[in-house]
Amino acid sequence: MVAKKKTVPDVRGRFGPYGGRYVPETVIYALEELTEAYRFCRRDKEFRAELNNYLSNYVGRPTPLYFAERFTEHLGGPQIYFKREDLTHTGAHKINNTVGQILLAKRMGKKRIIAETGAGQHGLATATVAAHFGLPCVIYMGAEDIERQAPNVEKMQLLGAEVVSVKSGSRTLKDATSEAMRDWVTNIASTFYIIGSVVGPHPYPMIVRDFQSVIGKETKKQCRRLWGGLPDVMVACVGGGSNAIGVFVDFLKDTSVRLIGVEAAGHGLRSGKHAATLLRGKPGVLHGAFSYLIFDSDGQVILPHSISAGLDYPGVGPEHSLLHDTGRVEYAAATDKEALSTFKLVSRLEGIIPAMETSHALAYLVKHRRKFCKADRIVVCLSGRGDKDMPIIRKMSEQSG
Amino acid sequence: MSRIRQTLAGRGKHKLLVPFLTVGYPDFDTSIDLVRTAIDSGADIVELGMPFSDPMADGPQIQYSSQIALANGTDMKKVLQAVEQIRAGSGVPIVLMGYFNPVWARGVEAFAAASHRAGADGFIIPDLPVEEAADFLLCLKDLDLSAIFLVAPTSSPERVQLVDSACTDFVYAVTVAGVTGAARKFSSSTDAYLKGLSRSLSRPFVAGFGVSSPESAVRLCRHADGVVIGSALISAFRQAKNRREGLKSVRCLLSDIRKALP
Ligand SMILES: Cc1ncc(COP(=O)(O)O)c(C=O)c1O
Repeated sequence: MVAKKKTVPDVRGRFGPYGGRYVPETVIYALEELTEAYRFCRRDKEFRAELNNYLSNYVGRPTPLYFAERFTEHLGGPQIYFKREDLTHTGAHKINNTVGQILLAKRMGKKRIIAETGAGQHGLATATVAAHFGLPCVIYMGAEDIERQAPNVEKMQLLGAEVVSVKSGSRTLKDATSEAMRDWVTNIASTFYIIGSVVGPHPYPMIVRDFQSVIGKETKKQCRRLWGGLPDVMVACVGGGSNAIGVFVDFLKDTSVRLIGVEAAGHGLRSGKHAATLLRGKPGVLHGAFSYLIFDSDGQVILPHSISAGLDYPGVGPEHSLLHDTGRVEYAAATDKEALSTFKLVSRLEGIIPAMETSHALAYLVKHRRKFCKADRIVVCLSGRGDKDMPIIRKMSEQSG
Repeated sequence: MSRIRQTLAGRGKHKLLVPFLTVGYPDFDTSIDLVRTAIDSGADIVELGMPFSDPMADGPQIQYSSQIALANGTDMKKVLQAVEQIRAGSGVPIVLMGYFNPVWARGVEAFAAASHRAGADGFIIPDLPVEEAADFLLCLKDLDLSAIFLVAPTSSPERVQLVDSACTDFVYAVTVAGVTGAARKFSSSTDAYLKGLSRSLSRPFVAGFGVSSPESAVRLCRHADGVVIGSALISAFRQAKNRREGLKSVRCLLSDIRKALP
């Protein structure tokens, strides 16, 4: 396998104008230390062998590329394939990244792990690898998310992690991230902060992308094997953007492949209650990076909204901001309602319960099915499974009587 | 000569007392009164906090004050209004401290110019390290506004040099790795760190984060040229029974520190 030459980010962590390191001085040294460790490890044979071993035997890779026959039939249009990240250990793509980062933490001699989480999938994947390596682990999670993603909270606690309920601000992912950063600043020497998406200060967006790129690399091979070519379209949901970058990055140079990222439109793009950062935000600075962000004329961050905890975030990874500006990736959005009905539809048609986050990507296809040809082959990144979302389903059916 | 340079040049053996107060906490008018009280209690420079929705380098006290300020409608316009009102009655240097996004949202150049017109003297933006500050620095330089960057115990010797040369007048030394917050016990490693800075920095420096008492201020000022005190002031105000008592607590705390310092 030939290592692909990556042109972004540059040495300052910039993807075009986006990215960088907008962090307090205390953190700079830790970012430099991490950059150095990663620069060494990414080329180190032993590190890569260890990572690959974990990906095969612990995470369960490669994940299948599955032809969703009944969903395809239902749509009556393009042929839909699911890249089955829901079948990984802990049930979402998040573990591809946490396995990589904890191996870095181990190499760097860090003694304590922290992470933020929205849907709880990243928290679960972090608690899992921390348990495996016997490292103490603290997970920051918004109070609202603790409620709507309760099954994951219990699992994290069972695995020995301390789950801290964050009650400030939006009580969701944004404030959990701020709180994790405060912990990190305070315990900077001993603690490794495992960031869960392609966000945050350099080198995180690069590191998380690289660890998630395994999704797209496998997909490419599997497409070749299945039909001897590339897919026509790829679709993924975008919260911070890690599953999307992971599945897209190996196809960026294949310009025949349409790449579509789907954000959360919440109550609707014009409602003011959404998390459609690229479609409705503008460039700004939050959590260490310059990237698209949802904020008011005074620069204050606007509380986002999405039914899905994993997409309920006012920012997005800096590489997505660049891909949005260049137009290489198209961004669209799906509402709470569309995601919820697709969640149920796909469960019944395929016997696969998709995560509420993933359901946004699937909902895009339901809505736009007529725009595609019958011969189009579309790969959807099935980023995770939806058993964690049962409290949301319960609440919604109670509300509708 | 700028107000900051005048203050620094005339200080002799006098240590600088630098209170931090959030504009709009607990309300706009009281926050102005708090700053005036601080000036009357011997402040040499005041830091005015510009509230932000996501203050990731701040502990509970300053988070709380920002939340209250935003909830009562304190925006960047109000911040400049506060500067004007304070400036009308005092020549004490005013440094604006806050996060980058609100400054960016108003337009870096435009906001710097407006701050200058209102009577501000400089900026501290904790989430804008030197590497990301090139454009901002140019704007400040044009207006002869002071740029103050932070050094931390984790800063390498090279970075200390970088910060020293990027700061226009003085440097802000973070006492310990952490967020702003209440009382800290400083250890001998803090002393050693500050002593090291007093040797390696070419500029005067003030020490901040966790200063809560005359004792801690005196200890830091063995090596530092002054102290910044923020969370402890907000905490003192919060604990008081009413507004009048709150103002009194802040006045007493600052006066006690002022008297203890050379
Ligand atoms: C299953 C699943 N998909 C997607 C996301 C969104 O994150 P990202 O955009 O980084 O893939 C999450 C986040 O929690 C998730 O759990």
